[in-house]
Amino acid sequence: MTRAIWAALLGHWRRNPLQLITLLAGLALGTALWSGVQAINAEARASYAAAAATLGEGQFASLAPSQGGSIAQSTYIALRRAGWLVSPVIEGRLRHGAQTVRIVGIEPLSAPSGIIPMPNGVAPDPLPFMSGAGQVFGRAEALAALPDTVTAQRVAVPEIAPNTVLTDIGLAQRLLNRAGEVDRLLVASDQPLTRRSLAEVAPGLSEVAPQAEADMARLTDSFHLNLTAFGLLSFAVGLFIVHGAIGLAFEQRRAMVRTLRALGVPLTRLIGLMAAELALLAIVAGALGVALGYAVAAALLPDVAASLRGLYGAEVSGSLSLRPAWWLSGLAIALGGTALAGGGALISLARMPLLASVQPQARARARRDPWLAALAVALLLLAGSLALWGHGLRAGFVMLGALLLGGALALPPLLGQFLRLAQSRAQGPVAQWFWADSRAQLPGLSLALMALLLAMAANVGVSTMVSSFRLTFTAFLDQRLAAELYVTAATPEHARAIEALGPPVRAVLPLMSVETEISGQPATLHGLHDDATYRDNWQFLRAVPQVWRAFAQGEGVLINEQLYRRAGLGLGDAIPIAPGLRLPVLGIYGDYGNPVGQVSLSEPLFRAAFPDVAPRRFGLRVPPDQLPSVRRHLVEERGIAPDAMIDQSGLKALSLTVFERTFAVTAALNVLTLAVAGFAMLMSLLTLAAMRLPQLAPVWALGLTRRSLAGLDLLRALVLAALTGVLALPLGLALAWALLAVVNVEAFGWRLPMYLFPADYARLTLLSLGAAGLAALWPAWQLSRMAPARLLGVFRNER
Amino acid sequence: MNAKALLFALFLPLPAVAQGFAGLGAEADGFAYPQPGVALTFPQDHGAHPDYRIEWWYLTANMTGPDGTSYGLQWTLFRSALAPEPAEDQREGWQSPQLWMGHAAVTTPSAHYVAERLARGGIGQAGVTAAPFEAWIDDWQMAGPGLDDLQLTASGHDFAYDVRLTAQGPLVEHGQGGYSVKSGAGQASYYYSQPFYALTGELTLPEGRVPVTGTAWLDREWSSQPLAADQSGWDWFSLSFKDGARLMGFVLRGAQDFTAATWIAPDGTPTAFKDGAFQATALKLHRVAGRELPVSWNITLPEKGVAVTVQALNPKAWMEVSVPYWEGPVTVSGSHEGVGYLEMTGYGN
Repeated sequence: MTRAIWAALLGHWRRNPLQLITLLAGLALGTALWSGVQAINAEARASYAAAAATLGEGQFASLAPSQGGSIAQSTYIALRRAGWLVSPVIEGRLRHGAQTVRIVGIEPLSAPSGIIPMPNGVAPDPLPFMSGAGQVFGRAEALAALPDTVTAQRVAVPEIAPNTVLTDIGLAQRLLNRAGEVDRLLVASDQPLTRRSLAEVAPGLSEVAPQAEADMARLTDSFHLNLTAFGLLSFAVGLFIVHGAIGLAFEQRRAMVRTLRALGVPLTRLIGLMAAELALLAIVAGALGVALGYAVAAALLPDVAASLRGLYGAEVSGSLSLRPAWWLSGLAIALGGTALAGGGALISLARMPLLASVQPQARARARRDPWLAALAVALLLLAGSLALWGHGLRAGFVMLGALLLGGALALPPLLGQFLRLAQSRAQGPVAQWFWADSRAQLPGLSLALMALLLAMAANVGVSTMVSSFRLTFTAFLDQRLAAELYVTAATPEHARAIEALGPPVRAVLPLMSVETEISGQPATLHGLHDDATYRDNWQFLRAVPQVWRAFAQGEGVLINEQLYRRAGLGLGDAIPIAPGLRLPVLGIYGDYGNPVGQVSLSEPLFRAAFPDVAPRRFGLRVPPDQLPSVRRHLVEERGIAPDAMIDQSGLKALSLTVFERTFAVTAALNVLTLAVAGFAMLMSLLTLAAMRLPQLAPVWALGLTRRSLAGLDLLRALVLAALTGVLALPLGLALAWALLAVVNVEAFGWRLPMYLFPADYARLTLLSLGAAGLAALWPAWQLSRMAPARLLGVFRNER
Repeated sequence: MNAKALLFALFLPLPAVAQGFAGLGAEADGFAYPQPGVALTFPQDHGAHPDYRIEWWYLTANMTGPDGTSYGLQWTLFRSALAPEPAEDQREGWQSPQLWMGHAAVTTPSAHYVAERLARGGIGQAGVTAAPFEAWIDDWQMAGPGLDDLQLTASGHDFAYDVRLTAQGPLVEHGQGGYSVKSGAGQASYYYSQPFYALTGELTLPEGRVPVTGTAWLDREWSSQPLAADQSGWDWFSLSFKDGARLMGFVLRGAQDFTAATWIAPDGTPTAFKDGAFQATALKLHRVAGRELPVSWNITLPEKGVAVTVQALNPKAWMEVSVPYWEGPVTVSGSHEGVGYLEMTGYGN
């Protein structure tokens, strides 16, 4: 009997291949975008984790110079001889053509276990690592990017962070031309019973606790959040399609179900088989989706990797690896989504009285509308109250979900109201019929329109956020990179030469900093030279009146937004700067370059509090036309390496290309989600086209040509899409606001100002109209070419 | 990284490898080899010999606390060269082929504390200078104006010691004037000792500080291939008798066991004994670290009337380091009474 039931069930799909395709394609597309984004995020996270493991940051405390700079190798020896079990690490970049590779040098004998990766679980032999020509470990791409002058044996080790090679400290010092220097000392967890105090042996060093969470992961969180939001929305859109397709299929199969049950098939067996059927479809669609997602991720990853490297300096592998957890989760989410989308249909089938009418009940949905409207209002209220009173990242995400779902559910009632209004205002029979017919079609189209709404809202929201971030970040770069040339002094002589520079150099701004802790938060203290450069360029979120005058007179300090939010500091609160020195906060500035707190104090104050800190980095204000001659002077007369100078326009140009790349990713995702929504629309219209013949035939018989009927259909699709677009805009802006003002603050510690981009929204609306029009074009064309006999047939045999 | 184990396969590899214990039987081209008839010169020979492949400064001490409790301590610095290096032209910095390894231990009747340190040569983290004498690795050091007056320190995460050593007798050369043969095939090393130290100082143990007094014995040895390929390990005895005499004896286990010994009269006059004169017979096996080790022995040197039983103070004196071995204090009874140290290497599990 089971076989017969299977045959009956599957027969439906054979007769309605389009429904089958809709179901599979909707689920596959949703899964594809979701799992594609997951794959990108997983790759990035794996890269961050590898980076953290390569450097041991997550596991071991380290000693670092309190006042920046490097550590003399002799200090390492002094610490070892004082009983400190520490291991040196040196880091730097090696340039080869346009590419740079990060070199990490370690000392294998003293390195804490776990620092060196074990390819295939086997510890590498340290002898060739330490002696002879030496060895460099890294991923194949990183090894290939090394210049030919590196004669060491190249050993491919995939566990190492991307674009990074690990080698012996001696070789690293030679490659980086930094003999006798190290950057950090890793502190082994097991220390001897007796050792001298750090202050006594190496007063310039301070101990940094192991970071529980890799900095990079925190820094890049908001970027991945954007991607995840996209993936989730695409999946939601896909689910709407699936829900529509399953609902339709089940409604159309009511007659078959009744017949089967009348023939004696037990309800439980039938429901079980239908659930199995759905599960099978979900697995097929999920597998397709995962494969498609892999393709999406592989196509997008190089751009994402370039963006992350440029934005945050995070090294992410440009090539994708297949992780079992990832494709399993793709399948799982396809199954879960199908259960979600099909569960309702199965339940209603289970409750169906044996002798109920078998007419497809499109109108029955209308009865659910008040419930849905109430649910929509409840969800939107929840989102609103969470925005006002919610705390934490989780509340932020719940709010996002409630906002989007509420917005989507509110769409059909709102559209219904609008159409009713239009109908009541309509003049003439054709117009009245047009609006009435639109209302009649609304239940069948509402899922596709909801999908369109979500896709458009997501596009508006995410592109607003990314663009706002770009505007803020470029403004921040202008503010921070105010000097035309940045120079790093390798020696005190270089520093003195730079400080002594006269015209055409308008001002020399020494950049000095000290790492410290304020209110239990790690923070950097900066000395700020009083110069018009800063006064003209810095913008404050909040500040006391005449902030620069007070700052120049040493009456207080400026702090960044991160410190303001994390430490709960306000204007006027006193901060401990150095022993015996507490100063009030004069101003709070936005800082989008790092997740750490920052305090700026005037240069005289800084020099008085930290007399030992000698500036090594300088910003030079130079008229742009004098820049080449100043550079030449520094290289030829002062012996400063060209590498030690970066000009501001170059830095900004680099940052902007990074943003263009990020935009490329966003744009690609925008187009993909819209395509999914357009596809949903096409499928809905095609399904409706067959069902609407009984309604269309009488209108045709009354004298409207097939051509004008098709034209009206096309127009209807455009009107509905336009209405949806109008509603999507506020929803998208609400989404953008939530991302910028709630989720970003919680995840990241800063609030980005929101900018509006009307031209972008107009373009997006046109794009959506285009998608809807394109989706309606084929059914309309079919209608205009329909044989009159088919329309006549409606009168002959009804249904 | 378990590379340390691999690295110190050079120093002390597994005996299963047919290279002998510690790679000491490996071919060593380019290195200098000990030659008979070359007189040792002091203080130069207290320092390092970078043209030889391996070398050690090996100090062991038997001590007693205020309540009469017996203690033992060990301080060892090993040097191993990855490549031969002329003594007059050593490479500075990370390119130095010299590697250093330190072992320190304190043994009580009920506990055994061990620590290990590893270091590269050429950067100052470890090394030895002959005059004034200083041997160090990290914060561990054995230093003084000369070899007859030394301050010795070491610490691990659960113990530390700081003791002073004063020589009460002369240096003693083993074999033929310091040329010590190690196998029937003629493998040899340079080997001398200072077995006459008086010791005073302090141990720091988990239960607190313990003032101690006692005797100590320093072994100095360097070579490039001291073992024959078939020799897999050794049992080494350094015994201090109550009458002031000392006895050094060892059994190199191989296809054919090879023994040698030096009888040291109370005035320091050495008498070297060739293969077979010295005999050591294992009495009782003790299971430690998953292997069976003889922790009591019958020792005989009939020509000097020695027939004694050697008993470990603590059978658990297992050195759990890169390449593990057994090293601990012993008590001596029988024809002669005294204390000493026993080292056993190359016992597989």
